[in-house]
Amino acid sequence: MTTATTQQTSPHAAGRRAGRRAGGPRRIGSHLFLLLAVLYFIVPLWWLVVGSTKTNSGLFVGSGGALWFNDEFALWDNVQQLFTYQGGIYWTWMRNSFVYAIVGGVGSTVLAVLAGYALAKYRFRGRNLYFSMLLGSVMVPLTALTIPTFVLLSQLGMINTMWAVILPSLLSPIGVYLVRVYAVDAIPDEMLDAGRVDGAGELRLFFRVALPLLRPAFVTVLLLTTVATWNNFFLPLAVLRDPQLLPVTVGINQWQALSNAGAGGEQVWNLITTGALVSILPLIVAFLGLQKYWQGGLSLGSIK
Amino acid sequence: MTSTTTERAAAPARPGRRRGGPSLLDTKRQWWGWLFLAPFTVVFVLFLLVPLAYAFWLSLHTKGIATGGESVFTGVANYVRVFTDADFLSGMARVGKFVLVMVPVQIGLAVAIALVLDTLATRLSKASRLLVFVPYAIPAVIGALMWGFLYSPRFGPANDIFGFFGLDAPDFLSRDLIFGSLVNIVTWQWVGYYMIIVYAALRAIDPSVYEAARLDGAGDRQIAFRIKIPMIASSMVMIVVFALIGTLQFFTEPTVLRSVAQGAIPTTYTPNMYAYSMAFSYSQFNYASTIAFALGILVFIGSYIFLYATRKQSGLK
Repeated sequence: MTTATTQQTSPHAAGRRAGRRAGGPRRIGSHLFLLLAVLYFIVPLWWLVVGSTKTNSGLFVGSGGALWFNDEFALWDNVQQLFTYQGGIYWTWMRNSFVYAIVGGVGSTVLAVLAGYALAKYRFRGRNLYFSMLLGSVMVPLTALTIPTFVLLSQLGMINTMWAVILPSLLSPIGVYLVRVYAVDAIPDEMLDAGRVDGAGELRLFFRVALPLLRPAFVTVLLLTTVATWNNFFLPLAVLRDPQLLPVTVGINQWQALSNAGAGGEQVWNLITTGALVSILPLIVAFLGLQKYWQGGLSLGSIK
Repeated sequence: MTSTTTERAAAPARPGRRRGGPSLLDTKRQWWGWLFLAPFTVVFVLFLLVPLAYAFWLSLHTKGIATGGESVFTGVANYVRVFTDADFLSGMARVGKFVLVMVPVQIGLAVAIALVLDTLATRLSKASRLLVFVPYAIPAVIGALMWGFLYSPRFGPANDIFGFFGLDAPDFLSRDLIFGSLVNIVTWQWVGYYMIIVYAALRAIDPSVYEAARLDGAGDRQIAFRIKIPMIASSMVMIVVFALIGTLQFFTEPTVLRSVAQGAIPTTYTPNMYAYSMAFSYSQFNYASTIAFALGILVFIGSYIFLYATRKQSGLK
């Protein structure tokens, strides 16, 4: 309540919050609602953390039940098993995921920034047509392209190579759209013209003037495309056969399918839970670390 | 040559010149525009336009034992087949039902959380915002896998929780409940992402608007429904389109859950799953492409109609 009063006295400094004060009981209700929501979103992750500390049989029968630790703490054993099971293939999968996500994410972001900048800041014949086509392509479900892409790549003999995942991942029409929308306002035409009068070349203008101003859009598109490539399932499932090339998502799903269908020796539930936990850590850490970049940036598309 | 000379002669009068017709500099600059566009255009052509055209070509042809293993032009025959195929139609109806249930649930929950977060400015609300968002950073495969464990009577806590109240746990992976179980997984995964978009849009509203409304006697609820939601309409339209397109392409979650709930999820559960099994289990690439193309057309028409109907709210021309 104190804060509310202080803010009322200075409506300009804290004007944003002054409009947001609410009565006591409502605040409790709001907090309760939030608490329930957070529980819903967090309990599955808690289960995963707890599950990865259990042995294969401990997952079924344990002293702790499903949502608490057993007496036996097997996390380190499980991580060690990830290194030895099937020759440590899990880490090959992780490496593949990193390669696909980084090359696909950085590549598609670079292409999107260049194209978005061109569409926003250059006048050329066909620009409006190009932009309409781009907007239309945002509505094309990318999974509908997976099967024809597979047939095309197999005719080129590129199936079952890393390129089969990386090259199609370079396509991000939504990324171009976001950069274009952002660049229109973020880069003043006067600044570019002033640079031109001073004799700066177009490349120099792009790197020295445009790119620094586009940084928020760059980081946002990078996050979106990296996450999309990291999470992709349909494409690698379709174009990869060699277990050594799989990303971790497809790999773990295979373990799961085998564990459900197979006999005792193939059941590696503890490796599935531990592998799943390890595989989600990099992105969670990245998101927590890069908060200030993506929090505002994700709303880019809605700014008109 | 003449124009070049004139341009050169006029060069000292640079600022004024831009108002004139296309100058040499502008023509040169046009090329720079295309140059910056070129790398994306190559990818756009190779991995969007060519596959689309190729899918269309494949869908007009048939290749199989009946045609002696040769690719034969069969016109719209595949489309006649797909739009009378009970499996495709039931799959479309199912993803349509998912759209009707899942999109309102996700967006409703996301907006509710964003509105609450927007009115609270406490430390708890900041932490909540992050925690609600975390599932977005988890791959759909891993999310579906986790929920598969949680639903499972062997691993999950359902037995403990329902047992505590003296009840039998329902079988979340049964034919009757699988629909709701899938809705729950997708909701869990995406609400945080939509919430962040809505939240950012809410923060961009000038708070003096609320002050004015308050002076006119508006309550919190009225401010939320009469001011905040209309003012973030363009963000709402955008996330509905995302959710719509994503849901119609439903593939990952039901595919992952299939290994724990085989009886409840057939390979024809969604159009994308059907196309996948036609392509990779039956090697019917022509028919699979027809399914994919038909789905693509329906998604495109669906989102176009939606964007057209909401063009006022979204500000799209």
